[in-house]
Amino acid sequence: MIDKAQNASTFVSEVDSAFLFIFGVALFFLFAITAVLIYYIIRYRQSKNPKATHIEGSTKLEIIWTVVPTILVLVMFSYGWSGWKSQTEIPDDAMPVKAIARMWSFAFEYENGLVTDTLIVPKGRAVKLDLVAQDVIHSMYIPAFRVKQDMVPGKKSNIWFESERIGTYEIFCAEYCGLRHSYMMSGVKVIEGAKFDKWMEENKSIEEANKGTNKRLAGVSVLRKYGCNACHTIDGSKLVGPSYKGVLGSTRTVITDGKEREVFGDEAYIRRSIYEPNADVVKGYDQGLMLSYKDQVTEEELQHLIEYFKSLSE
Amino acid sequence: MSNQETETTHVSFRDVKSKYKGIFAWIFSTDHKRVGLLYLYSIVSFFVVGVLLGAAMKLELMSPGKTIMDPQAYNAIFTLHGVIMIFLVVVPGLPAVFGNFFLPIMIGAKDVAFPKLNLLSWWVYVVGALVALSALFAGGGPPDTGWTFYAPYSFKTNTNMLPAVLGAFILGFSSILTGINFIVTIHRLRAPGMSWFRLPLFPWTLYGTAWIQILATPIVGITLLMIVGERLFNIGFFDPALGGDPILYQHLFWIYSHPAVYIMILPAMGVISEIIPTFANKSIFGYKAIVISTLAIAFVGYFVWGHHMFTSGMSGTALYTFSFLTFLVAIPSAIKVFNWVGTLHKASIQLEAPFFWAASFLFVFMIGGLSGLALGALATNVHLHDTAFVVAHFHFIVFGGVGFAFMGAIHYWFPKMWGRMYNTRVATTGWIFFFIGFNTLYLPMFFLGIDGMPRRYYDYVERFHGPNIVSTIGSWVMIAGIIIILVNLIRGAKYGPITTNKNPWGGKTLEWEVDSPPTLENFEEIPVIDRSPYDYR
Repeated sequence: MIDKAQNASTFVSEVDSAFLFIFGVALFFLFAITAVLIYYIIRYRQSKNPKATHIEGSTKLEIIWTVVPTILVLVMFSYGWSGWKSQTEIPDDAMPVKAIARMWSFAFEYENGLVTDTLIVPKGRAVKLDLVAQDVIHSMYIPAFRVKQDMVPGKKSNIWFESERIGTYEIFCAEYCGLRHSYMMSGVKVIEGAKFDKWMEENKSIEEANKGTNKRLAGVSVLRKYGCNACHTIDGSKLVGPSYKGVLGSTRTVITDGKEREVFGDEAYIRRSIYEPNADVVKGYDQGLMLSYKDQVTEEELQHLIEYFKSLSE
Repeated sequence: MSNQETETTHVSFRDVKSKYKGIFAWIFSTDHKRVGLLYLYSIVSFFVVGVLLGAAMKLELMSPGKTIMDPQAYNAIFTLHGVIMIFLVVVPGLPAVFGNFFLPIMIGAKDVAFPKLNLLSWWVYVVGALVALSALFAGGGPPDTGWTFYAPYSFKTNTNMLPAVLGAFILGFSSILTGINFIVTIHRLRAPGMSWFRLPLFPWTLYGTAWIQILATPIVGITLLMIVGERLFNIGFFDPALGGDPILYQHLFWIYSHPAVYIMILPAMGVISEIIPTFANKSIFGYKAIVISTLAIAFVGYFVWGHHMFTSGMSGTALYTFSFLTFLVAIPSAIKVFNWVGTLHKASIQLEAPFFWAASFLFVFMIGGLSGLALGALATNVHLHDTAFVVAHFHFIVFGGVGFAFMGAIHYWFPKMWGRMYNTRVATTGWIFFFIGFNTLYLPMFFLGIDGMPRRYYDYVERFHGPNIVSTIGSWVMIAGIIIILVNLIRGAKYGPITTNKNPWGGKTLEWEVDSPPTLENFEEIPVIDRSPYDYR
């Protein structure tokens, strides 16, 4: 459920009072004018009132119904403006988190380098999201917090919020971004400040520990970091791109420069598929949907992935 | 020509002999009434296609997960629904059909100023439509970008997006040609004595619309040329990969597409301003206020495009300026509503189908307009932007406003256009189905949007399920209404009783003084105007 709680973020009460005023005025006019309309139709229907009275207009009424709506909309304008202004005034001590969007997943990178697919934030502390889009325009939308900002490739933008309430809230992508737009979602998890600090410390070390010991877990964390699961499954089912299951040690037909050829899935093929995804496109899948991860996935991470894919092919 | 004129005086324009045979007597005719009907048949055909696409979308959204189609099909369908409904139906809509047919008659002219240009604009329209629809059958499949073609997604998609944009470009020329024609017609061909303030309100709104068509439409052309430059010569206008700015695309797109909303709605307001006094048997309340508000909407409407981009990352100054101007443009619309309702005060109202459409127009237009207030204010817009609320809002304005006015117009002018009458009872039944279905379809979307459901969503989380079911059921009721209305009108045009009365509703504007259907040149003698168009004394 959408959190209707007023303190899910500090913006909620101001935005919702603007809603209340605007919808209140709107509904009043809708019902009042509709009531008058229906009354006139019944009262002045031809069978009841066979002869109309000649009236050309009234300057007095024209002035009244110009001035009154003008005042009302100006009040609405200022409500909207002041409610929005507080969303642009980012506190200096806000905790910065880099929010990354790409087709069709979000990732969050914290100051210490930790990357998650769900945003985890401390309660009662201002958080600033630096928004980055890697391919097309996406939009960071957290309904329960009443915030939204487009994530435009090549442009820097940010939003901030502060939550006073423990819980998990939905994140949707609000700007249409292609095939799996409606599946591009994540969550914000608000936890106690002390718990957050502890989590930050522990998880950083766990991630590092994983890199050395548990190969399988390390591979999974790489997939989650780059949001690969948005398009590729691990169970053999077809999504936007081919599944990872059985990718190593089998042969497939790919299209290279418009020509079909057979390719054996080895380490070189995995590397090429990640660094130059549009060079060999598996037959039956679309070209151009995946962008190159050459500058992102490190050699070490690539090794984790290969280890993990091996375990899927066993 | 002048000799034939006298021979053909009392022959309906439908029966006039032409040097062409069969369908060619229509598609090569420069008679403004035939051109109007050509537009009517084309637009209604595209409308039916658009409705079917919309119905398929509603069916898909009836339950979460896959219902009848996969996401690629859904994304293509909402794109086509938008392209067809906006560019092929609503933008040409009222001016092309009823403007062409009635503008010359209402101002006492024999035709528009440039009849050949008028025919050309229909041909350009057809070519544009065919180019846009060719995207369906060629290349990498129908476009899946949404009718807004936002960069850089539209440059990345493998689907066939260029024909749709090119189609919009060609359609733009059709729009410009009609605009030029109407402006010259209104300036030059008004009957003697018809001063500007004796001009009926539908021509007034066509006048305002025509200026927008001429001044705003070229932006589409410029934008297309920039897209071509980017794709062929790698000039980075919009694609950040080439150093371009995607926000620039949004500005250019909305500089045209927002005024386009007023191209759509102004003529609808004109139609309502004709129907209400006729059925109230009473002069329209505040004629001058309605004229001034029409021009005010046409003017201020140019400067509000930025309200489509409140979350795009524009500067704060741009945001509050656009928000402020958006609120200003709401006022003339409110003034019109007050004047229409005021007209009914102490009226003598004939309760007939065209009036029901006009009265229900007021209701749906108010919902559309008032819901727009929450989108104009910055703080509330941020929450609602790109949600189902926006979809509900513009369907109430564009489909509620223009659609109800179009239905009202066709029921109002039907006896004049065909010289026959439809079944009035069935017309009212059709209206009831349509009205109930329409509201059941679109009202739940307001709640979905407030609750946070983004638009252009193929699938959704479980809590959005309930309102989506209601909405889908509404679409069935509305389609039942459309079928009843279409069948009734087609039967009426073919077999309906012939109307002997030139003026069945008791209207005061000039079209009610000519034959039904009108003769080739409308008037035997050009009338001299010595009164206001709504003098019911």
